Amino acid sequence: MTVTSFTTARTVEDAVAAVAAGARPVAGGTDLVVGARSGKTTLPGSIVAIHRLAELHGIELLDDGGLRVGTLASHAEIAASEDVRARFSALADACAIVGSHATRAQGTIGGNLMNASPAMETGGPLVCFGATATLRSPSGTRWVAVADLWAGPGKTTAHADELLVAVDVPAPAAGTGSAYLRLEYRRQMEIAVVGATAVVTVVDGTVTDARIAMTALSPTIRRVPEAEAALAGSDGGEGAIEAAGAAVAAAATPISDVRGSADYRRAMAAVIARRAIATALSRARQEDA
Amino acid sequence: MKVEATLTVNGTAYPVELDPGTNLLAAVRDVVGLTGSKEGCDDSECGACMMLLDGQPVNSCSYLALQAEGSEITTVEGLADGETLAPLQAAFLDLGGVQCGFCTPGMLVSATALLEANPSPTEDEVRIGLSGNLCRCTGYDGIVKAVLSVAGTSS
Repeated sequence: MTVTSFTTARTVEDAVAAVAAGARPVAGGTDLVVGARSGKTTLPGSIVAIHRLAELHGIELLDDGGLRVGTLASHAEIAASEDVRARFSALADACAIVGSHATRAQGTIGGNLMNASPAMETGGPLVCFGATATLRSPSGTRWVAVADLWAGPGKTTAHADELLVAVDVPAPAAGTGSAYLRLEYRRQMEIAVVGATAVVTVVDGTVTDARIAMTALSPTIRRVPEAEAALAGSDGGEGAIEAAGAAVAAAATPISDVRGSADYRRAMAAVIARRAIATALSRARQEDA
Repeated sequence: MKVEATLTVNGTAYPVELDPGTNLLAAVRDVVGLTGSKEGCDDSECGACMMLLDGQPVNSCSYLALQAEGSEITTVEGLADGETLAPLQAAFLDLGGVQCGFCTPGMLVSATALLEANPSPTEDEVRIGLSGNLCRCTGYDGIVKAVLSVAGTSS
């Protein structure tokens, strides 16, 4: 399709009105433009550029310890934020490995979430931290748990007239450590073959809370309650980590594609989940100590 | 449909008329006429098209040109000071960082951004930092040596 309308929004209201009128929002363009040229899709007929909207930028640590991330915060900004690195490590891990430094400089967390790839890096950490997406439309504002934001590969539950404007991440409990990692074939410009997030809380040597999510292993990123149950209440020892990894592999419903077969992904799911859990536990124990 | 815009490339403002779907690489090469930046994969995999947008690296093949209006665009042509090569460019020549030259414009821009963000990188940081830029000739050693040779010495 030929692009017949291109506007640059000067206010959030402009942007929301344009989206409601059928325009696709573009910020960093790292998914939209590439997807259009690869032949999978075409550029939308109507585009509204939202990248100049200052109020949708920014990363803010709130008084209650929660984090507010503007939809236009770039991966590079998030990965470099001391607040994110210290308290929301898994999100920093994820943002630090998206694309290359060019992708991270231009690509935004909002774009990453709304592209709805089951292999996206930031989804697992945000789901495990219990993050909420703020969606704005001409009729008002709606809040949706990030865990409920995706309907399938490339599909969100946002309404056609809604624009993602911010992501809120609640403060983790004391003694929480987290990690995200992926299986990759290349150090940059890579997409997770398999990814895993672990957010664990350790109090006096006992795992009091565990949240484990799998990436590129199901149609949408999701938590794995069986893996969480294997860890919760345990000492976070090798047996518990082994059981949690096995639970992730058992819950996985991967596809076979050019990046790996379903069998390979399932086998690697256990490995990557174990590594993510071990790293998160190690970070949590530093907090607990 | 053509849209009038002004693109500022290497400090010069260029009035252009663009189809809104035009990517920044095509605009700079075909409309502005600066052909240093290369189209390798056209898919954000290879980094040959890399430019700086307000100092930040961008794969220009994957960025809409109209979004760059109001930003400072830097291409490989903007790295030298007249006929005097930037230290990084001279180091690429001296240390075997160039063979066929196709990746070189993007590699130089990428390394410039890398050194701006991290003025004294380790060898590992250079290798990881540049791994979004593919080179089929050099085996990367000359490129890494060239970047390390100016690390900590350039701005």
